[in-house]
Amino acid sequence: MSFESFSEFIAMGGHGFYVWLSYAIALIVIVINIVNPARQKKKIVSDLVRRLRRENKSS
Amino acid sequence: MSEKKNWMPRWFYQLASPRWSYDIMGKLLPGFTVAALLFLVVGTVWALAFAPSDYQQGNSFRIIYIHVPSAVLAQSCYMMMAIAGAIGLIWKMKVADMVAKSCAPIGATMALLALATGAIWGKPTWGSWWVWDARLTSMLILLFLYLGVIALYSAIENEAMAAKSAAVLALVGLVNIPIIKYSVDWWNTLHQPATFKLTERPAMATEMWLPLLVMVIGFYCFFAVSLMMRTRNEILVRERRASWVKELVGKQ
Repeated sequence: MSFESFSEFIAMGGHGFYVWLSYAIALIVIVINIVNPARQKKKIVSDLVRRLRRENKSS
Repeated sequence: MSEKKNWMPRWFYQLASPRWSYDIMGKLLPGFTVAALLFLVVGTVWALAFAPSDYQQGNSFRIIYIHVPSAVLAQSCYMMMAIAGAIGLIWKMKVADMVAKSCAPIGATMALLALATGAIWGKPTWGSWWVWDARLTSMLILLFLYLGVIALYSAIENEAMAAKSAAVLALVGLVNIPIIKYSVDWWNTLHQPATFKLTERPAMATEMWLPLLVMVIGFYCFFAVSLMMRTRNEILVRERRASWVKELVGKQ
């Protein structure tokens, strides 16, 4: 451990704002890049299911 | 009678099949997801709590563990996009076009992350959020190239046409990659030189660069996961009239 206490860990030697902001943005960017395609897939599949049902009904 | 010779390995032709690509990526996804999670969590804890602080920059130095992996990935992703685009141009391989298209949004967000963390790091270190430095400017151009590729895809309706134009733009923009790499050597710059070089041991202490390596590997695994998810979506949309897609969807 390079910190003595938890409050020191949060403070990051006075650079806490910069360090934590960087890591927060990184987390958001990574989560977006996983959640977006996952939600997209759900939508694609449900659209395809709907289209398939319509086709089956008309034929 | 002469038979047409196969110059490329078998997997290259298999990759050309959307169905085969969809299946193989589905099989690879869980492993890469676990690896990405593992490397990123271990790397982050190591970087934030256990890596030593820099004797000059103190704890703001810990931003490097986000900044370098995102910058490295933004450039690798660009090269992959350009190469996939070229394969699509030359062999008219649809899956390659889909990979290239899927690279663009990931690379753009990575370039943005590298620029944002660079700015946040620059403020306590250089006293300024932004300087018009060669490294920073060439990285900004990389972001614009990504945005250009995304704009082309959304502006051109014809899929083949859009893929062709985006691939040409990506290939032309490839000259920016060596400029980013050598910008710190060619011009006087505030930016520090490269952390990792293939030919030398890193100048950093081992306990500093080891977590960085873990983070870089974690970012690459994350990239693989996001890229495969996007490419699989792209395959489903473009192959929606194929019988195997209908069968796959019918099971749900």
